[in-house]
Amino acid sequence: MNPALSIIIFTTLAGAAQGLAVVLALSQLLGAGLDNAFVARSLWVAVALAIVSLVASFFHLGRPLRAWRAAMMWRTSWMSREVIVLPIFILLVGLWAGMLTFSARPGDVTAFLPLAVIAVSALLWYCTAMIYACIRFIQEWAHPLTIVNYTVIGLASGLVLAGALGVAWGQPQFAAHLGAWAFAVTTLAWLTRVLALRRNARLKPKSTLQSATGIKSPGIVQKSMGMTGGSFNTREFFHHASVAAFRRMRVIFQLFAFALPLALVVLAVASGWSAAWLVAVPIQLAGVLAERWFFFAQARHPQNLYYQVVS
Amino acid sequence: MSTAATQETLARQLALVIDLNVCVGCHACVTSCKEWNTSGAAGPLADLNAYGAEPSGTFFNRVQTYEAGSFPDTQTIHFPKSCLHCEEPPCVPVCPTGASYKRAEDGIVLVDYDKCIGCSYCSWACPYGARELDAERKVMTKCTLCVDRIYDELLPPQDRKPACVKACPTGARLFGDIKDANSEVSKAIRERGGYQLMPEWETQPANHYLPRAVVSVSGRDVGMNVENGHLQMPADDADAPEPVLEA
Repeated sequence: MNPALSIIIFTTLAGAAQGLAVVLALSQLLGAGLDNAFVARSLWVAVALAIVSLVASFFHLGRPLRAWRAAMMWRTSWMSREVIVLPIFILLVGLWAGMLTFSARPGDVTAFLPLAVIAVSALLWYCTAMIYACIRFIQEWAHPLTIVNYTVIGLASGLVLAGALGVAWGQPQFAAHLGAWAFAVTTLAWLTRVLALRRNARLKPKSTLQSATGIKSPGIVQKSMGMTGGSFNTREFFHHASVAAFRRMRVIFQLFAFALPLALVVLAVASGWSAAWLVAVPIQLAGVLAERWFFFAQARHPQNLYYQVVS
Repeated sequence: MSTAATQETLARQLALVIDLNVCVGCHACVTSCKEWNTSGAAGPLADLNAYGAEPSGTFFNRVQTYEAGSFPDTQTIHFPKSCLHCEEPPCVPVCPTGASYKRAEDGIVLVDYDKCIGCSYCSWACPYGARELDAERKVMTKCTLCVDRIYDELLPPQDRKPACVKACPTGARLFGDIKDANSEVSKAIRERGGYQLMPEWETQPANHYLPRAVVSVSGRDVGMNVENGHLQMPADDADAPEPVLEA
């Protein structure tokens, strides 16, 4: 597939927003004793990230003014479900942040909101991932690991972001407390992503030129795709990057999304250089953006069988 | 208009049947399709850079060319491809707006251009690459089986067929109801081994392709084995299916 920048930004930022909100919600529920003002500011960060991601998603639409229609087919379409759940997530996190910010007695926020935020975040990860995992003939995506990776990578980026916010806004003990969690979840995310990479490397495409044309002759080749100047079919379904760039990206995303953030978290916890958390955020952001690019680029669409040769 | 629900078995399913024996790759169906649909209810269809080095436009139908076998025993196969109007269309349930739908009355898969948000998700969910996002109108477009033509009672009955079918000079394109066992298309599929593309995804395409029959040309039997889809080359035609047509 040809990775679309709008979707890469959308899934990366929304994932981080969900991760951050879940980390804050779990901290509240587990009684981490966080300063209400800090939680409120961090929740506003999650709201802002989610809104930016929502704006980015509009750039993927040919007709953005009709976007409201996308909520119609929730019975059958995972995209429709995502379109419904994302605003609910923003509203819930915003409500929680608003109560902490403007309420006279912020301590009154019950366990309901954090629990609801966790549930809606999980649902949103599921909807986002199922958009890809439900397309059975894009074999790289059609697997539960797609759901696992969207969830765990989102959670990992949320943990690193939460730690950085703790350092930036005077809650170093919170950051220190998150160190082990950030390390564990980022390691898990790397592991499950490597599992997906291994699976994809071994995939045998179910569709062949023989099944695509019904001409079972082993020596069949395309001589003409039927047009010379390209079309939607040649633009949308292939990444157009060189093999070398594609392979480089696989190393780059693992380095930036997993290896470097892990090293920086260890550094922050072990040496007490807490600014490492702040360094880890942009590095991991770049890494997850690259990971998403690779996620799309690696998906081989069977329609490409029909669009091989121009002449 | 009523919309077919998933898993619903329709009483009527219009479809094209493409005869690979006689398609000569002239692209008349492509240009006729473009002309009719850019001027009609489905259009206009974008043409970008039409006189430049890399012209690109929206088409509902393409004719591709394949070569099978190895020299000197090769065959050139011209292969028209448009939306197959699947009986289980994977592109329909994924549409978030309901713009993509399958008609209950005749099984045609259509896009409501006024509801489409141009997200391209349906095109991802089509294994055949049958859908094209119009680069100017920014909505998804696809073959309509000339739905604005086949029911037009102002046209003479013989003209109430898709533009591509009318244009084909060799009669390589048949049009009809594959649920009617006595229709021309049903007979062709039944008697001449009509097959579907990418059966592995269980989309049950309504459009079928007729494999090349084995014919004897200058003492050489060439064609495509209806049973196994293999191309029949001169040497051995022991298991060639009947009837063997004499050229």
